[in-house]
Amino acid sequence: MASDSDSDEDFVTYGTPLEPLEEDEPLKKPIPLHDQTVKDEKGRYQRFHGAFTGGFSAGYFNTVGSKEGWTPSAFVSSRQQKAEKHHARPEDFMDEEDFSEHGIAPREITTSQEFSSSRRDKAGEKARAISAQAALIPGDTLLEELIAPARSSIGVELLMKMGWKEGQGVGPRVKRKARRQQKDGGGKVYGCTLPPAGSEESEDDDEEFAPENVTFAPKDVTPVDFNPRLGVQGLGYRGLDPSLALLGHGTAEHIDLFKPQSETRNRLFGDTKSSSRRGGVVGQAFGVGALEDDDEDVYHRDSMSRYDTILGEEEPGDGLYGWTAPQQYTKKKDRSKDASYLGKILEGFTLAQKPLEEKTIFPPPSLPRDYRPVHHFRPSVDVSHLSGVSPALAEALRVSKGHMVKEEPQQAGRHQLDSGQRRALLGEDTLQGPSSVMELLRPEDRQRLLSLRNSSNPPSAKTSIPVSSHASQTSGKSAQVLPASSDLQQVSLAAWRGIQTSSQTFKPFEKNPSKQARYELYLSCLKQGDNDALEQSLDPGMTEWERSREREEFVRASILYRPTSSSLSSRFTRAKDQEDDDSVEVSPDQEGDLDDKQAAVKMKMFGKLTRETFEWYPDKLLCKRFNVPDPYPGSGIVGLPKVKRDKFSVFNFLTVTQSREAAAPPKPPESGKKSRWDVSEQKVEKKKEDLLGELLSAARNQTETKVEQTPTPALPALPASISSSDQAPGSKPEIKSSDQQSSEEKKDGDEEEEEEEESRPPMDLFKAIFASSSDEKSSSSSEGESSDEEEEKETKEDEGKMDSEPLNLFSIPSTSTTTTSSSATTTSFSSSANTSSSHQAAVSTQASKQEEEEFGPKLPPPSAALSRGGATSICPPSKEVKTGKKSKEKKHKKKKHYKHKKEKKVENEEKGSNQMKWLLPHAEAVTSFFFTEEETQEAQAQRNSRRRARRRRRRAGRRTGVDRRAAEKVRGHLSEHRKMTLMEWGGETLGN
Amino acid sequence: MAFPQPRPQAPQLPQHLLRTIDCQQGAVRAVRFNIDGNYLLSCGSDKSLKLWSASRGTLLKTYSGHGYEVLDADGSYDNSQICSCSSDKTVILWDVATGQVTRKLRGHAGKVNCVQFNEEATVILSGSIDGTVRCWDTRSRRYEPIQVLDEARDSISSLKVAQHELLTGSVDGRVRRYDLRMGQLHVDFISSPITCVCFSQDGQCTLSSSLDSTLRLLDKSTGEMLGEYTGHKMKGYKLDCCLSSKDTHVLSCSEDGHVYCWDLVEGSLSLKLPVGKAVVQSLSFHPTETRLLTAMEGRVQVWVEKGSA
Repeated sequence: MASDSDSDEDFVTYGTPLEPLEEDEPLKKPIPLHDQTVKDEKGRYQRFHGAFTGGFSAGYFNTVGSKEGWTPSAFVSSRQQKAEKHHARPEDFMDEEDFSEHGIAPREITTSQEFSSSRRDKAGEKARAISAQAALIPGDTLLEELIAPARSSIGVELLMKMGWKEGQGVGPRVKRKARRQQKDGGGKVYGCTLPPAGSEESEDDDEEFAPENVTFAPKDVTPVDFNPRLGVQGLGYRGLDPSLALLGHGTAEHIDLFKPQSETRNRLFGDTKSSSRRGGVVGQAFGVGALEDDDEDVYHRDSMSRYDTILGEEEPGDGLYGWTAPQQYTKKKDRSKDASYLGKILEGFTLAQKPLEEKTIFPPPSLPRDYRPVHHFRPSVDVSHLSGVSPALAEALRVSKGHMVKEEPQQAGRHQLDSGQRRALLGEDTLQGPSSVMELLRPEDRQRLLSLRNSSNPPSAKTSIPVSSHASQTSGKSAQVLPASSDLQQVSLAAWRGIQTSSQTFKPFEKNPSKQARYELYLSCLKQGDNDALEQSLDPGMTEWERSREREEFVRASILYRPTSSSLSSRFTRAKDQEDDDSVEVSPDQEGDLDDKQAAVKMKMFGKLTRETFEWYPDKLLCKRFNVPDPYPGSGIVGLPKVKRDKFSVFNFLTVTQSREAAAPPKPPESGKKSRWDVSEQKVEKKKEDLLGELLSAARNQTETKVEQTPTPALPALPASISSSDQAPGSKPEIKSSDQQSSEEKKDGDEEEEEEEESRPPMDLFKAIFASSSDEKSSSSSEGESSDEEEEKETKEDEGKMDSEPLNLFSIPSTSTTTTSSSATTTSFSSSANTSSSHQAAVSTQASKQEEEEFGPKLPPPSAALSRGGATSICPPSKEVKTGKKSKEKKHKKKKHYKHKKEKKVENEEKGSNQMKWLLPHAEAVTSFFFTEEETQEAQAQRNSRRRARRRRRRAGRRTGVDRRAAEKVRGHLSEHRKMTLMEWGGETLGN
Repeated sequence: MAFPQPRPQAPQLPQHLLRTIDCQQGAVRAVRFNIDGNYLLSCGSDKSLKLWSASRGTLLKTYSGHGYEVLDADGSYDNSQICSCSSDKTVILWDVATGQVTRKLRGHAGKVNCVQFNEEATVILSGSIDGTVRCWDTRSRRYEPIQVLDEARDSISSLKVAQHELLTGSVDGRVRRYDLRMGQLHVDFISSPITCVCFSQDGQCTLSSSLDSTLRLLDKSTGEMLGEYTGHKMKGYKLDCCLSSKDTHVLSCSEDGHVYCWDLVEGSLSLKLPVGKAVVQSLSFHPTETRLLTAMEGRVQVWVEKGSA
């Protein structure tokens, strides 16, 4: 604290401090201009008032001292008290203002003469000079100066007391040989003590005679007097100097820019160089003076000889320390003498014995005059082109990009090369296998694909149609003859334009060489982007009919065999692994044997058996957000890296019955992310087939809704089911379930899907895309039902088909029982269709349906107690009941469908609640899943919205393939999602 | 200390019903304490999220903006933000004070089951039925997730964050632990679909409940099973489980209307708390005190230990 206060005291404060700001204080109003007045110390306004006291008023309104006026001093003198003689001073008659800073007699503190420095008091001198002029004898001061007492200032006296003598320098005494300042003894010496006479000789001999115990005073230093330049003349200008004239100095003397005082110094120390000069006034002025002989100097000629041309070379020995560097004095004739100088060299350093070798610096070569500092890089030399050159030389040339190669034509840029050229440059071998996906396909498939593409391409080709029509008009009749072929031409043009490779193109008209030649001409024209390539390439000698036919042929052929870089191939990527490579990239968490783990879990042997650890790469930003250093800095991977795995591993085949995924060849990523339930489902269905194959086949004939659920190879034998309903959802499980289908067949199926333009995408997809629950509820219920009826039927059938999927959701352990029960109910349901009992059952399963809506672990019903009526607490229904009910419900849906036609919705609602009531005792297990009235309403609203979505869907179905492709993708992605929505579809019917 | 500590008492269990809050928001899908346990969040099936005072049971704020029922919610460490997820496939970041939607994060392909802030509320993690966990950045204006964790092969049912670790439970029967610091993913296979996962308070164990009506306490580092807790009923519903605030007990919802409470070490059932007749859907244990929240149907119940209140 003390130090704090000390430091506070250290501050010097100037002026009046501002008042400390109070935070709450409102801002002060600014003072208006007329209030901003200045008052003097007595509180009187100071007004500007003329010349007195700096322009301000003085006295009392410019009169006497006070309001009372001027009071005379009293004079009292008595016998006892004699009044002293009063000497009036001028100050007695002055105001206070006169003593102030601006007054006529300012009182300020000045140094007295005693303490003043030796600098002369100019003002005092001036005053004295003036008074001397006014004295009786002009120049009176000369006498005064003559008899002036010898006075020295206090500083000099102090120095004297400390042992200083005039002529010595100030400072500690040095152990140094005193030196003479002037080599020639004849010079005048001012202000410096002469060195002792004895040493003079020794110095001349340059002998070291320096007793150890003798110190010398330092040299006196002549203070450098910097005279400011006051005139407007240039540097080095000197006007006429009368003193020079008197001393008789000669003409232009050496001008020393760095020592303006050199002249005076010369005068001080005596200038040996000053030879006999003629007297006279010399200087730079106009005209010739009266004392001048000639006028040779009238026009001043400056010459370089009068200037210093070498820096640092000054005449040595002017006897001054300080101003000039001391090396001048240390510079001796003999360098070895420097050993005595060691004491002043930095510790640990010695002077070099040998002088440093002087570096010879060679001047850079002179450049030729026409040299331009630009470097031209030589083009790289293609070594292979050089014939008759040895390979080593060629290599050397290639490396050095040497000169001796003749100029190559400028190569095209890297990006203008196609892959083949680059491959050739890099020396890679050509890729194996077919270059196009098209070649993998069977011919009929290819045809179909092409036709499909042709039908879908026109919109893209339309942009260039104006050009084509123009071209066809110029070419004549062809436009009228083949209105459609112009589009085709554009397609082919677009496909071939800018294609470089022509070596491997297929030759369709090989049998007819002239025709093939014409075709190739056509192709080459196409490649150049020529619009009327067709007309140019055709033989003018042919008949019109032949020509039109050939024209068509060529266009077709060009489209058929167009190069692979066109649109189709861009959608496919070449496999990263070659076919014969025996490892596949598998996502690591597909690894490991499920069975082993299952067994481990059953034996409760958690730990190593059930644990898998992978490298996982978190995103950099995620690490940053978690305040964690990046575990893998610098790696670009995010997520799990892929691991390689043996493709034909034995283990793959071992697990083939359980999980198809592991053994299957690399699949599109959508299907790779399959739900666990899919696996179990397949298992279940397989078993089902084994056990009840015949039963099912019997049932299949009776109920077509059930038929599609069972995936058998016999599916194509049921065309009705495919044609009647939306195919997409049906075809997917078909593909999934049939294990033996080859990949090619799968591709076929996909293409077929792509081909059918008019077929709708699966509704669950639209549900997934469009269904936002918020608008579901707000839908009104007035819709054209009749128009939707058919569709509804279809969708119901779909639901029937798909219901099998979520069926086994939570029944993995007891698969066999489930399947038997479900199939049993299937048969029973088929036999007892349209009976009232099934009706009841159906309503009861509504509840279970709702429960199934949730995928995975479900959410409990919102309020079970409300509908349960406070009965016993019942656990959720057992799996068997659930699944059985569900299959029954399918039939119910059909029924309900008819019912739905007849009844109004409001009635439906009532009915729903009624049914619930009379169903209560019926199925006790299901009772916990009842719906409140509110929920039936909700379900109805959902149904309405779904109907709207269906209409939307129909509209959307007519869109181009782009939407559908995206839709396909999403569908694949959300295999589980479909399940969920399907379940919701099941739940939808509840309201009816 | 002049006096020796009294003999350590057996940890009390929350078995005294302190308060029942009727949330008036349909079924309460999840109930959560905030970070210090003074407030509670209830996620309703009527699309609303409500903030309650835990001590008085008064409604403080209703957050509406979801398009479907709200499934999970979490409060930030500073109580300034809430994140919630819903069946409408979105995750919403709320401003607590104003009740406004700060950000609505879309990207999940299905309903979002679970949501959590990280420790500093700089990242929201959400797990969805589409099998992905998405990490959303709350600091930037980006609407894409920082990272999508799509290792799960089925729906993500539960997710927890502790410091630099992320624990997810999936319906594919696996508990995945993402260790950001180590850059590792540990997968524990538990056969049955996981409904809920938890870290223990000391961060050394993970608790997972699955649809085979079993809770398993696994050692975090090795994956070995430390305890198994059965007796309750969890066969079809996604129900919560948790550990008590001092890691002494394991609690789980049950479909038979009870909350089961086991001793963590012994594995013996120490309390079977009758909550009601329906399914106990969600529960949340107070972060420091012996206090439990349960959600059944439309009600939230607050349970305290016997002696208090």
